[in-house]
Amino acid sequence: MLTIFNLHARVDDKEILRGVNLKINAGEVHAIMGPNGSGKSTLAGVLAGRDAFDVTEGDVLFDGKNLLEMDPEERAREGVFLAFQYPVEIPGVSNTYFLRAGVNAIRKHRGQEELDAMDFLKLVKQKLKVLHIEEDLLKRPVNEGFSGGEKKRNEIFQMAVLEPKLCILDETDSGLDIDALRTVSDGVNALRSKERGMLVITHYQRLLEYIKPDKVHVLYEGRIVKSGGPELAKELEHKGYGWVEEGLKEPAGA
Amino acid sequence: MTLVADEKERFLDLQAQFERQQPQGWLKNLRQAAVARFDEMSFPDVHNEDWKFTSLASLLKIPFALSDKVAVSADLRSRLDAETLPSARRLVFVNGVYSAELSRVHQAPSGLTIGGLSGIENDVVRAHLGAIAGDDSQVFTALNTAFLHDAAVVVLPRGLVVAEPIQVFFVAVPGKRATLIPARTLVVAGVNSQAKVLEHYLSVGAAEDVYFTSAVTEFALDDNAIIDHAKIQDEGHEAFHIATTQVQQGRSSTFHSTYMSLGGRLVRNEARVRFTGEGSEATLDGLYLAAGRQHVDNFTVIDHARAHCASHELYKGILRDKAHGVFNGKIFVREDAQKTDAKQTNKVLLLSDEATINTKPQLEIFADDVKCTHGATIGQLDAEGLFYLRSRGIGLEDARHLLIRAFANDIVERMRIEEFRPLVQRRLIAPL
Repeated sequence: MLTIFNLHARVDDKEILRGVNLKINAGEVHAIMGPNGSGKSTLAGVLAGRDAFDVTEGDVLFDGKNLLEMDPEERAREGVFLAFQYPVEIPGVSNTYFLRAGVNAIRKHRGQEELDAMDFLKLVKQKLKVLHIEEDLLKRPVNEGFSGGEKKRNEIFQMAVLEPKLCILDETDSGLDIDALRTVSDGVNALRSKERGMLVITHYQRLLEYIKPDKVHVLYEGRIVKSGGPELAKELEHKGYGWVEEGLKEPAGA
Repeated sequence: MTLVADEKERFLDLQAQFERQQPQGWLKNLRQAAVARFDEMSFPDVHNEDWKFTSLASLLKIPFALSDKVAVSADLRSRLDAETLPSARRLVFVNGVYSAELSRVHQAPSGLTIGGLSGIENDVVRAHLGAIAGDDSQVFTALNTAFLHDAAVVVLPRGLVVAEPIQVFFVAVPGKRATLIPARTLVVAGVNSQAKVLEHYLSVGAAEDVYFTSAVTEFALDDNAIIDHAKIQDEGHEAFHIATTQVQQGRSSTFHSTYMSLGGRLVRNEARVRFTGEGSEATLDGLYLAAGRQHVDNFTVIDHARAHCASHELYKGILRDKAHGVFNGKIFVREDAQKTDAKQTNKVLLLSDEATINTKPQLEIFADDVKCTHGATIGQLDAEGLFYLRSRGIGLEDARHLLIRAFANDIVERMRIEEFRPLVQRRLIAPL
């Protein structure tokens, strides 16, 4: 579903990603862990089409299409969803209006009929119920005045409504208390399916107790330096990122 | 300076020509006094602090004529009907002259005085007209009074609550010659009275015709009176619109207003509030939209002359192309005006590199137990917001429109005259 090949990206003059390789098949959940500054959010941003990053080398194929050539809205319409680390407040726009505009843009792209207000309301109310989120969320302006936990829940809610093929979660767990963390991970788990791929970016192993990944990768200085199963996350938790750094300093073949 | 004198002479000549067509009476005396004051003043140039960012050169070089009587066209009727709210009473002025034919003051509740000035020149009107908007230092107010011969008049006696909105339309039907169109409104709200008053300034006919609307609106609110007010300035592309609203508020009165500016080539909207009793509240909101080479100047003065009064100002501007916006907000807190609560905000979206805004808060505080805040934000569309919308599948252009409308919509949501919101949505917000 997603193939990242030798991806290099920079911000201004600073090279952040230095050759990332990653392949995610439909149905798989991949976790990317790494210390601050390792390039986790840059990777998420590049995949979603944030224009602050300059891709200098490499390719990203999504369902066989060149993802890097698409505008952010095209990527979303093709089925890429980024749950933001810092969701943006949009005063004056209600969550309902915002989300309906998104859903209908995506439906139009897929050749489906646009949803009218009634059908849309039916859809979102059903999703809210599954995620145990209060209905007043719909009327509130997008993320305005939301607590950190509410913002992250809203991201998962949007994800549930838009039903993307590839979900990218950028540190969705950061700053969440245990209740919010449960809501978020329940929401993510409810979306796991054979057709859907997931890329879970996190700083902490804690989230991975709730969302069991198929594969864990360690991103360090812009490269994936270690890959393994869920046990790798546990090992990192015990030994810390210093362990990865140590490993890299050892001479080749040691 | 001789240049300025010539410009003044032109208006004085025009006034003399106008005066010859007018009957004798108390209005003539009012006009003559205004002419005398006008003659003592000069038009401000950019060295005048209150006009620093607005040059009047383009206005003053034009020799204006008096406007002719015009026939009521089908266009005019349909335009009026499209903007008249279902339950509203309306007063219509065409080129500054009251049209009984177009106005609708049906079933006025007993005690409500409403109509054109002639016929209702009673003591209340005589006591207030020209007295609220003092023209000692305001040359354009003096100019307006010098041409005062008709006015929209609304007088609410003690205790009268009028639920239906009152719409005052000043329709310009300009011709080939550049004309001066005076517009005047007087609203007197007695103790415990309440009403909703809307002012519309619009033009019918060739959009490129040059004319000059000189508008003065006076509000006198007695104790506990409540006035909800909104103004839409929707003049033609080449129009000059210089307007002053003066509000005088008695004890525990409430004035809530929204100034919307859409049309015109050179626009000045002055809103002046004077608290003459304690415990009153005034809200001045504004939405100014400008494009091309439009110049829109919003000038507000709030005079906290009494204690325990609150004022709120939120002005928002959206400027495109080479448009120039000005916001100048003066707040005076006099020595005895303790517990004053004044808040002023101006937010501006600049949608092109060549659009400009000058924003200037001016707070003069002489009391020591007060809360006064002011702020201004000027910027482009939020790049993060745009990316967020796009990341959910919304196209770039749609995302831009969505953010621009959301920015403006805030002002509409704050309007207290709810029945007016759909029209504002349709006329101002939807095209954004």
